[in-house]
Amino acid sequence: MTSAVVSPRARSGEWFMLYAVSILAALVLSAALVEATGGDWRPVVNALLDGSLRRPGRWGETLGTAAPMLLVATGTIISSKGGLINIGQEGQLFVGAAFATYFGFLLGGPGPLNVSLILIFGAIGGALWAGVAAGLKFWRNVPEVLSTLLLVTVGGQLVAYGLSQPWLLLAPLADRGNRNQVSVQLAEDNRLPRPEIFGNEIPLAVLLGIVLAIVVSFALSRTVWGFRLRMLGRNPRTAQRSGVAQTRYGASALMLSGAFAGLAGAAMLAGGGFAFGNYQLVPGFSTNIGWTGLLVALVAREKALVAIPVAFVFAGLRTGSSFVGATGVEGRITDVIQGFLVLALLVPPAVMFLRDRRRARAAATERV
Amino acid sequence: MISGFFEAIVDIASSESTYINGALFAAFLAFAASGEWVAERAGTLNISVEGMLLGGAFTSAIGYDITESVLIGLFAGVLGGLIIAGVQAEMSHRLSADQFVVGLTLNILVFGLAGFLDNELEPATKLAGRWNIPLLSDIPLVGQALFGQRWPFYVLYALIPFTWWLVFRTRWGLELRSVGESPQSADVSGIDVNKRRRQSIYYAGATSGLGGAFLVFGQVGLFEDSIVGGRGFIAIAAVIFGGWTLRGTIAGCVIFAGALSFRLSIQGLGYEVNSELLQSLPFLVTLFGMALFAHRVRAPGALAQPFVRGLK
Repeated sequence: MTSAVVSPRARSGEWFMLYAVSILAALVLSAALVEATGGDWRPVVNALLDGSLRRPGRWGETLGTAAPMLLVATGTIISSKGGLINIGQEGQLFVGAAFATYFGFLLGGPGPLNVSLILIFGAIGGALWAGVAAGLKFWRNVPEVLSTLLLVTVGGQLVAYGLSQPWLLLAPLADRGNRNQVSVQLAEDNRLPRPEIFGNEIPLAVLLGIVLAIVVSFALSRTVWGFRLRMLGRNPRTAQRSGVAQTRYGASALMLSGAFAGLAGAAMLAGGGFAFGNYQLVPGFSTNIGWTGLLVALVAREKALVAIPVAFVFAGLRTGSSFVGATGVEGRITDVIQGFLVLALLVPPAVMFLRDRRRARAAATERV
Repeated sequence: MISGFFEAIVDIASSESTYINGALFAAFLAFAASGEWVAERAGTLNISVEGMLLGGAFTSAIGYDITESVLIGLFAGVLGGLIIAGVQAEMSHRLSADQFVVGLTLNILVFGLAGFLDNELEPATKLAGRWNIPLLSDIPLVGQALFGQRWPFYVLYALIPFTWWLVFRTRWGLELRSVGESPQSADVSGIDVNKRRRQSIYYAGATSGLGGAFLVFGQVGLFEDSIVGGRGFIAIAAVIFGGWTLRGTIAGCVIFAGALSFRLSIQGLGYEVNSELLQSLPFLVTLFGMALFAHRVRAPGALAQPFVRGLK
């Protein structure tokens, strides 16, 4: 929908202005909220920067938090390209992590091999959980928006159940002290390595996330599979007529997005770090990473490469939030900032769409 | 084992508290679902209903905290629902942002806002007074459940017939349904499609806000950010389960509320059941309900499809 009336340069200027104004509005609104509740916004900004970047070891932490978000977002982009709305990543991630834990111990095996197996089983678990929603959608006509979402709660409770049963995930009594509901800790050589650079530990999962985002971006824009998936998303009827089986492509896209969420869960488990606990599964392990990853995908507007920087920003908000509490402002302000930001970023494309239409119409009437 | 199971079922079915809790859950779902049904008949699968419920619950608590009046609290709840509906409606049906993306973002934003502001402001609330309808509330088993509740409950008895009348007996309702079935034809016959859709979302916001207020004053008595806990989505499921008829939607609310209430009763009566599996029971029932019925019914023709003139 490019309009011939405006030069490309003026258009990009318009884009820039729209984004600048929306983001500024979101930030001003958040600051106003802090002020209105008796806080001061300046120390909050400082705390956020300290917590996410400036203090020693913090930017490694931010990168480590961004990795699973990026994986989740990449998966979400696959399913939304195919016109499917998967909003159950939180559950898929958790189930994936549970699969990874269970099979990681069942199989054992030498270190590096087992790490890859853990990641693969995480992906399988996530894919199966999303597959339930895919099955309900394509055989029983249940909208995936709802089924994926309802399965979040069910998945969380199912894993919690597994964590209460010794034959499933619960660690033997000797390994868990007096805590109940924890799994066995991953052995030293079953963990993802974390090389140290400039005093920051960089989890390898970051690399995995970035590489996969690039691969997916390429696959979606440059392969036959990607083309068919996009066709399905844009116009299912055309896709059907030209031989793209909705069931096969749709279900596989949904399961693939679940696989990415499950992979993120397994990476959180094997990557450890103080953000994600101690290389073991506990109830509430997923800590909203699935939800935030979904937001990252929404902001990135179906572009896997854009998701990379967005994931880092959102991870920064998260790692920074633990420092906000010290300023006397409730740490949950970062949830609010995040929400406002996402909402604000929805506005420019929508406004631009309307402007383009108006211009096209004006151009058409002039010609007559 | 089996006989114990039947014993438990009989025990639960003959306990009055099962019905009282069931009616409370069903009423809460029905407030949200009746508005959601209107929005869906107009063609919007409005997933921000969860945020509307939570927002309504929060503003109603604030309203009560300031004025100490439950009635004003209810109105404040409606206002809160309307504000969120405003963002949803204007962004998805004036600007052309994706309705799911807007709804999802709103749910997360409202959750953050309500949590943040609740911790900062800590509004104090209370339960509304209990009204026993004479004679009717003496019916065994279900009397207290249907006619012995706190007074915001009874708003529902007016709301549902009103919603039916609005959708099936007014010109506005006819236009609304036509917009949901075939926006192109509605547009050609002079109906402002997106305006009707916005109005339907505002209606959903109002009833959901009322539902949130009911939750605060009629059932829980205080506000916390986990008060809705995903039940907004069960309300959406009830609409789908009910095949987009008002009667079916209410039936869906009652069935899903039954599962919620069963969960409470079985623990209250002292039966040993794994609590994790029990927690997911309402959601499983909802999923099974939809799996059984969702493919048999016909959705509004243009459900979840945005309308832009000239594009199809």
